[in-house]
Amino acid sequence: MNRQEIIDRIQEKASSLTMGTSQGIDCPEVVVDKQHLIEFMKFLKEDEALSFDLISDVTAVDYPARTPRFDVVYHIFSIKNGQRIRVRVPVGDGDGVESVTCVWRGAEWLEREVYDMFGVTFYNHPDLRRILMEEDFKYHPLRKDFPLEGIEE
Amino acid sequence: MTVEGNETRKEMILNMGPQHPATHGVLRLLLHLEGEVVKKTIPIIGYLHRGVEKLGENRTYLQNIVFTDRLDYTAAMCNNLSYALAVEKLCGIEVPERARVIRVIMAELQRIAAHLLWLGTYALDIGAMSVFFYCFREREKILDMFEMVSGQRLTPSYICIGGVRRDITDKFVELLKSFCDTFNDYIRDYENLLTKNPIWVERLRDVAVLSAEDAINWGTTGPVLRASGVKFDFRRATPYCGYENYEFDIPTGTKGDCYDRYLVRVEEMRQSNRILKQAMKDIPDGPIMADVPFVTLPPKEQVMSNIEALIKHFKIASGAFQIPKGEVYSSIENPKGELGFYIVSDGSARPYRMRIKSSCFVNLSALPFMTQGCLVADLIAALGSIDIVLGEVDR
Amino acid sequence: MGVEKNLANLGIVTTCLDKVLNWARKNSLWPMTFGLACCALEMMVTVSARHDIARFGAEVYRGSPRQADLLIVPGTLTKKMLPMVLRLYEQMPEPKWVIAYGNCACTGGVFRTYNVIQGIDQYIPVDVYMAGCPPKPESLLTAIMMLRDKIDKESLKNRG
Repeated sequence: MNRQEIIDRIQEKASSLTMGTSQGIDCPEVVVDKQHLIEFMKFLKEDEALSFDLISDVTAVDYPARTPRFDVVYHIFSIKNGQRIRVRVPVGDGDGVESVTCVWRGAEWLEREVYDMFGVTFYNHPDLRRILMEEDFKYHPLRKDFPLEGIEE
Repeated sequence: MTVEGNETRKEMILNMGPQHPATHGVLRLLLHLEGEVVKKTIPIIGYLHRGVEKLGENRTYLQNIVFTDRLDYTAAMCNNLSYALAVEKLCGIEVPERARVIRVIMAELQRIAAHLLWLGTYALDIGAMSVFFYCFREREKILDMFEMVSGQRLTPSYICIGGVRRDITDKFVELLKSFCDTFNDYIRDYENLLTKNPIWVERLRDVAVLSAEDAINWGTTGPVLRASGVKFDFRRATPYCGYENYEFDIPTGTKGDCYDRYLVRVEEMRQSNRILKQAMKDIPDGPIMADVPFVTLPPKEQVMSNIEALIKHFKIASGAFQIPKGEVYSSIENPKGELGFYIVSDGSARPYRMRIKSSCFVNLSALPFMTQGCLVADLIAALGSIDIVLGEVDR
Repeated sequence: MGVEKNLANLGIVTTCLDKVLNWARKNSLWPMTFGLACCALEMMVTVSARHDIARFGAEVYRGSPRQADLLIVPGTLTKKMLPMVLRLYEQMPEPKWVIAYGNCACTGGVFRTYNVIQGIDQYIPVDVYMAGCPPKPESLLTAIMMLRDKIDKESLKNRG
């Protein structure tokens, strides 16, 4: 399956779950609303043709000038097709999104890191707590308003 | 033993690390033990979290190359390559043919060096001390070659955006040839010491088994995934730097235990040697750096003698990049697994977001699952077999 | 002549206590296995046969701080790791020495961020600083030789 066929398949089978598809420089991109996230992720994994079974990365990008503030970005790889897909979910500040650990266990620590660095909550996560910073650290370092050299305590 | 009311529990919580000879760095493990049996493992990381992703947003694209060396510090050349490929994809830069071949040579040499380091320290963990000295002896030859091209053994920052920094000399090719000709004999020596050694087999067979389905579900990549029976390698699946032109096998295991992970890595060293011999046969002539205005640095000799090149160099080094807006995710097959860079550019000289996907981070998350119900000594074997480097786990 | 000749026949040497203690201490520095980051790899390589730290009596890396007398700090010290390092340093018995190995241990190195301590000497006393990123194993041997020279000049009156 090549990149265009992936987009076509998604538009054919799951267009009601997405908010938009496009071709990125490196892989197809899909924007999904957070209400439909789990359903869409399950479709990506379980669909015979798409078979996106290897979770590569879960991260977030902070756009403080925009509402909703964060984009939680998932990169998933299909071993069968040798193709990657980028799924983007806009999430507001103080808001959260469903955890995809029910689809791929490997997202567990990746989501913990997003929580630690950005403060995005993941509902139904098996163990949502900080992973890189200390448990009682008050801030979220990768937010744009957190200074590089930290805040003196 | 703890006594609570009328109930006696035999569970003990033992803290391992962050200073420990066998945790390969500053990793802390909280073990819930019942005697010698591990009921639950809780890894606690972050002791080497240096904020590289945040630094990436505050430094120029050129300056970030230096940080990539220090991620997985056993495989610095490969880290440089992954970052360079990501930025080149974003800018649409074509790297010259000579630079591509040199990159493959450096990446495969680095793969061998990383696996040698792993084998030496892993054997030391299990108790086979001599292998440590033998592996480091060969690794020194590779580090000498790195020092010859870049001036640094461990953190060369050699592969940069657009090509490689300095050209290789005939002396380098000579050293490389003598290394490749003799390396397979050394691998045979290591295998003679370990592969059929009853203690080695007894310590590693059927320890920390990870099935293929679980390995994929946990997102593991690299030798851990291949040892579980999944024949998958990014060099084959999404080829880069001309890997599609080289012949090499992808070693896979059958059971997914520690012994299979050992066998996979030893065979990978042999295959890397095979790629090196092919790459070395015919290194094309030509430039080593693409000539893209305001992105790639001019050659050092020109900078020292030509005023225009000097101005170009100054502008790029002080941050006058012209990187187009956009985002890209690019990953390569590092010795430990998939190292990915997700770079979001807003058109300025600094990345808007530089995300580093670390294979060691994801592989380590599967450790508690793999080691349920094993003995403490098996836990050490399992931890070593995943091959983690805390620089990459914590970034 | 005289006293020395007679004492030497009996196998007795006259010297001062400081010299003997310093000679013994500098030739049997036992480091602790303590590796933080990249510089730890170069520290490991110093143990291998090519550079051979055993020449200086230091190949016996002790896992426990209670049995070690040299703390080589190779790598970046983060705020999360700091309490552990302080506790390890306090657990080491006197006399003890510290080598700050690498740019990160000396001054924080390239990492000027929210989680990195800008130099371990803000928290523990350092005897020898060795800069480099990472410094070559020969540099670690130079640091140990500098430390040996420093130990030579020590005296019971100051140290205890």
